[in-house]
Amino acid sequence: MENKVLEIKNFYASYGEEDIIKNINLNIYNKKITAMMGPSGCGKSTLMRCVNRMHELNPNASHKGNIFLNSNNIFKINAILLRRKVGMVFQKPNPFPTMSIYDNVIAGYKLNGIKKSKEEKDYLVEESLKNAALWEEVKNALHKKGTFLSGGQQQRLCIARALAMKPEILLLDEPTSALDPNSTAFIEELIVNLKKTVSILLVTHNIAQAARVSDYTAFIFLGELIEFGETDKVFTVPQDKRTEEYLTGKFG
Amino acid sequence: MFNDKLFKYSLFFFSILMLLILAIIFFTLLDGSMLAIKNNGFSFLYSSIWNPVMDEYGALPFLSGTLITSFLSLIICIPFALVVAILLGEYYKKGIFSTALNTAIELLAGIPSIIYGFWGLFFFVPIMRQIQMRVNVPPFGVGIITASIILTIMIIPYAASIAREIINMVPSDLKEAAYSLGATRLEIVKNIILPHSFSGIFAGILLALGRALGETMAVTMVIGNANIIPKSFFSPGNTMASLIANEFAEAAQNIHLSSLVQIGLLLFLVTAIINIIGQKVLQKFKY
Amino acid sequence: MTDYQFNKRILLDKIFKYLLILMATIILIPLFLILYFLFSKGIQALNWNFFYKMPAAMGDLGGGIANAIVGTIILILTASIIAIPIGILVGIFLAEYKDLKLSYWVKISCEILQGTPSIVIGIVAWSWIVKPMGIFSAFSGGIALALMMLPIIIRSVEETIKLIPLNLKEASLSLGVPYYKTILKVILPTGLSSIISGILLSISRIAGETAPLIFTASGNPFMSTNLFRPIESMPLLIFRYASSPFPNLHNIAWGASFSLVMFILILNLISKGVSKKWKIKY
Repeated sequence: MENKVLEIKNFYASYGEEDIIKNINLNIYNKKITAMMGPSGCGKSTLMRCVNRMHELNPNASHKGNIFLNSNNIFKINAILLRRKVGMVFQKPNPFPTMSIYDNVIAGYKLNGIKKSKEEKDYLVEESLKNAALWEEVKNALHKKGTFLSGGQQQRLCIARALAMKPEILLLDEPTSALDPNSTAFIEELIVNLKKTVSILLVTHNIAQAARVSDYTAFIFLGELIEFGETDKVFTVPQDKRTEEYLTGKFG
Repeated sequence: MFNDKLFKYSLFFFSILMLLILAIIFFTLLDGSMLAIKNNGFSFLYSSIWNPVMDEYGALPFLSGTLITSFLSLIICIPFALVVAILLGEYYKKGIFSTALNTAIELLAGIPSIIYGFWGLFFFVPIMRQIQMRVNVPPFGVGIITASIILTIMIIPYAASIAREIINMVPSDLKEAAYSLGATRLEIVKNIILPHSFSGIFAGILLALGRALGETMAVTMVIGNANIIPKSFFSPGNTMASLIANEFAEAAQNIHLSSLVQIGLLLFLVTAIINIIGQKVLQKFKY
Repeated sequence: MTDYQFNKRILLDKIFKYLLILMATIILIPLFLILYFLFSKGIQALNWNFFYKMPAAMGDLGGGIANAIVGTIILILTASIIAIPIGILVGIFLAEYKDLKLSYWVKISCEILQGTPSIVIGIVAWSWIVKPMGIFSAFSGGIALALMMLPIIIRSVEETIKLIPLNLKEASLSLGVPYYKTILKVILPTGLSSIISGILLSISRIAGETAPLIFTASGNPFMSTNLFRPIESMPLLIFRYASSPFPNLHNIAWGASFSLVMFILILNLISKGVSKKWKIKY
């Protein structure tokens, strides 16, 4: 039995009166890439944002049920400490514009006032940028601000920034939908390589991407988990009719 | 987490403080006027006798002075402000002329009130005297008309910049539709831009009026400081704001002081209402 | 449409445009006159003595405005120390909690405060501070000026923060950075150029204010740096000297006016420069 890095149990999430996520039970396996796919508005992004408790930043948000990160109930830990263990990369690349590339990578430490020696910082920056396949391109410009980078490079910088925190799981929220095809391909390859280092949960509206990149796929529709399984199986022999219809483009 | 709570509390605290400040301003003015309100009664609003020695306080001269100068300056200001707004919002949105005119307007807006008053007194008043002698009117030089003209120059930049913003916001597809039908620019300004911007420009004019009503220093120096109801545009007079500026520091008796505060209260209420209406109309227009 | 009607429309269009330019030029006339006056009369009064000497005894020639310059600086500093932190916090509140009903009322309060005549603010500061203390003071003048700076700073901060993408805030929060650090170390620095520009603008606005100081700071013929005593300021000095019957005082007033306008002009230019040059792209 594979190791579970994330267990989502009987989970509901809502904004005000409206239920976005309805009774989802889902396991995410360690050092594997799990894709969540589904039509717009199905709740996949909301579910992801529950994992690092960003969902509750909205004053109308509420939830029921539990989520366990490496057997720890995330709702029993301090939200801020939790977020340091969960990395997130957003749809639109968002490096901090006032900081250099170097500082961006270790932003999680710098902003939190966590002190590290220069050697530790240098090492962390190099390691994270290498893992994000960006090191070669920026190693001579580490102290410049990141805004001159292209969209794809900025996104890799954001990935490096998340990786630097040594998260237990990396959440990727449609990480390539704002990028051109070349950058997209590059980052997809990067993601596949990354699973050696960290477990990955990927939200994508691009069915083909889910098929290319992930080990497991979850199909979410109208807030419910319709189907979950190994990617090959879900794509070739979907169990649920709705999954099949989604895959063949009948809706979404 | 504790620091977060502390931070959020301070955000709320200081914001509520702003509300309190407004309330305190109102109540301070009210409290300071109590003595006068009891003493003066309703005659405050219609009596034209302002006599600190006899403790008789009628604000009519100053009410009329304020209203006349403000409305006069507003009327003269409107066409000029519109001109600037149309030039900058429609004809010359970019380029040397635009930068020059914009800079000029900003300069006019940045000159402090006291300097307008100073210049008005030393440059404009003598000229006014010449004009008055030509038309056989007592050559005071200072007076309602002088104050109104200085006031006009001061509020034009304010009204113009609001109006320019509004005019700039007219959607280009409306204008392009009209151009494609063969309309001239004048026709577009007249039939499309101005009607579309009407409420926004109205709000800008209202806000400029609010500004004119409260303007103190420039007016004080050129209005003549005569506590009478002005009989003509050329006669000297006084406004509520300039009265306070002149008499407050030396007001010895309590009722005198209190009456001045009462005038301040009146000024506050009038400008507050005009400002609220102006801002609301402006916001409705923008969204 | 006949040729006549068509030509008439074209003609009107041209006339209109030239009429506009003509009227705009008319507006510029007073500007040039004022600047010319300030320049020609002001430059005459300026020399080193002017800037660091004290006013002469009544009726004597010579003398400078050193105490007024110092007073203006102290008043600006006092007002800024009060208005800047509060203004920034309230601006953050209005941007971050814009959907709250409270926000609506706070915004209205700021708008009313901004439209309140400066003389009325003077009355209020007098009532709160001068009356109970029994003395005119720089402090009360500073409070009056702070009240005038607040709405400008608040609006500037609010609009700056509203323009910063939500994305950036979320990036910081997702790294486990607490909210207050996110605002103070990420959001504010990103908008810093606009915020500073707004602050400089608010300073240039109050630097020339006279009315709220007449019965708060009240003026002082001597040099004073005491916050709790009357203090001179450049606009007050100009007011008094211009209203006096002495020509030499008038000359000094022109010099002071010129210096004041130059100061405000430079502040405005710096404010624009900061807004452009230091702008962070995001």
